[in-house]
Amino acid sequence: MRPTLLANPSPAMVGRIKALVFVLCLLPLAASLWQAFSGQAVNPVETLTRDSGSWALNLLLAGLAITPLRRLGAPGWLLRLRRMLGLYAFFYASVHLLIYLWLDQLFDWPAILHDIIKRPFITVGMAAFALLLPLAITSTDGWLRRLKRRWGQLHRLVYPLAVLAVVHYLWLVKRNLTEPLLYAAVLALLLGLRLWWRLRPTMGPRVQ
Amino acid sequence: MLIRRATDILPSEITPHSVYLNRRQFMLGSAGLLLPVASIAALPASKSGYSTTEKPNSRQDITSYNNYYEFGTGKDEPAQYAARLKTRPWSVAVGGEAGKPRSFSIEELLKFPLEERIYRLRCVEGWSMVIPWVGFPLASLLKQVDPTSRAKYVAFETALRPGEMPGVARRVLDWPYREGLRIDEAMHPLTILAVGLYGEALPGQNGAPVRLVVPWKYGFKSIKSISRITLLEKQPPTSWNMAAPSEYGFYSNVNPAVDHPRWSQASERRIGEFLKRKTLPFNGYADQVAGLYRGMDLVKNF
Repeated sequence: MRPTLLANPSPAMVGRIKALVFVLCLLPLAASLWQAFSGQAVNPVETLTRDSGSWALNLLLAGLAITPLRRLGAPGWLLRLRRMLGLYAFFYASVHLLIYLWLDQLFDWPAILHDIIKRPFITVGMAAFALLLPLAITSTDGWLRRLKRRWGQLHRLVYPLAVLAVVHYLWLVKRNLTEPLLYAAVLALLLGLRLWWRLRPTMGPRVQ
Repeated sequence: MLIRRATDILPSEITPHSVYLNRRQFMLGSAGLLLPVASIAALPASKSGYSTTEKPNSRQDITSYNNYYEFGTGKDEPAQYAARLKTRPWSVAVGGEAGKPRSFSIEELLKFPLEERIYRLRCVEGWSMVIPWVGFPLASLLKQVDPTSRAKYVAFETALRPGEMPGVARRVLDWPYREGLRIDEAMHPLTILAVGLYGEALPGQNGAPVRLVVPWKYGFKSIKSISRITLLEKQPPTSWNMAAPSEYGFYSNVNPAVDHPRWSQASERRIGEFLKRKTLPFNGYADQVAGLYRGMDLVKNF
C-alpha cells in the first residue's frame, strides 16, 4: 500500500479497513476458545478468563492510543476506529465478567456480592465495568446527538475506568508483577501525554 | 513339517512400503527411545490404603500445568525448561538435630520400599488435581538419622542451580526455595517423599528427583527437588511466608473457612471439571490429620 493511500484513503477504503479491524478483533476470542476446547489448555476456564481480561485491556489501551497518535501525526481516519475498539473492549470485558458470574460463582448472587465487597481486586474490576457500561450504551450516533456536549464529558469516564482496570490486574497477580506493570506503564504514558498537552497547550502540533 | 503353500501375505502388507523405505530413520528413532530408558524405568510400588479412589488426572495434565518458579512463573514453563536440571548425581543432606546425620544418594532413596499414593493436591490458587505419586513416608527417612529430643521442626531446601534454572535469575522469591513442617506433621504417615509419578521416575517439572508431598496443605508446601533436610528446634523461615507473610502462613493447611486475603478458598476447580467444587477442610484428610491441630486457632495459625 502506498503511503498516500494510508494518509488519505477513500471512504470505501476506510470501510474496508474497518471491516478488517472488526474481524481482527474477533481473532483473540477464536484463539482462546480453540485453546480452551481443543484440549491444549489444562485449565480451560482459567485460559478463557485470562485471555478475555487481557484483550479487554489491550483494546481499551488501543482505543486510548488513538488521540495521542493523531497528535503525533497519524492520519485522521484512525479516529474512525476508536468507537469499534471501545466496543470490543466492552465485549471482551463482558465475556470476562460473564465467565466470573457463571463458571466461577454459578450465579450465586449473595456470594458474588460478598466477593465484590470483600475482595479489592473484584471491587475495582466491577467498578471499571460499571463505568464502561454507560459508555457502551451511549456509543450510538443517536446518543451522541442527544447528549451533545455532555457526551464528551461522560466519555471522559474512560480515564478513571482504565486506571481501575489496570489496578484490578495488579491486585490479582500472585507474585510476578511484570505484565500488570507493563500495562500500567503504557496507560501512564497515554494519560501522561494528554496531561502534558493540556498543561502546555502551545506545545505540539494542534489537532482540529 | 513342510509347508508347501506359499504365503499369501505380501511383505508390504506387514510393513508399509513407506516405512520400509524410511527404515534407517526408523532405526534412529528407536535408538533415541532406548537412551533415556534408565530414567523412565518403571518403579515397583505397592498399593496403599492412604490412596484416594478418585480418578487421577491424566499424566498430560499433571506434567504440563505446574508451579515451579525456578523454571519460570508461567504454568507451561516448568515443562519447557525443567529437563535442564541434572538429577544425577543427586544427594539429600539430612542433618541438624540428628544423632546420625548423613547424606542419602538418589540411588539410596530409591531403595526405600516404594508405595503408590494417589493423593488430592489443592493449589493455593484455587485449582486441584488427583495425582498418583510413588514414594515412601518421610518418617522412614527421618528415623534413620535419629532425631534428637530438640528436633521440633523440619526445614527443607530446593537445590539452587542458576545455570540450569532460568527462573532464578529474577528474584521473584528469595532463592533457594525453602519450606518447613512441624516434626509431628513430618512424621505423619500421609507425608511422603515422592520419587515417581504414574509408576515412573518423577518428571523434572514435578520436582525430580525427589520432592515432598503433604496432601492436606496447599501445594506450595510440597517442596520440589530437595537437596537438604534439617531438623531444628525453632520454626524455620519458609519462602512464600517470607515473600508475603499476610497471605501465606507457616501452616497453610487447606481450609475453606480461611480465605486468602485476596481471594476465596471456599471452592476449587478440579482440573478436568468445568464448574467449581467445594473445598474440604484439610483437603479431605481431616479424619487423619485434624488431631495434629487440636486446640489451635487455625484462623490465626493459617
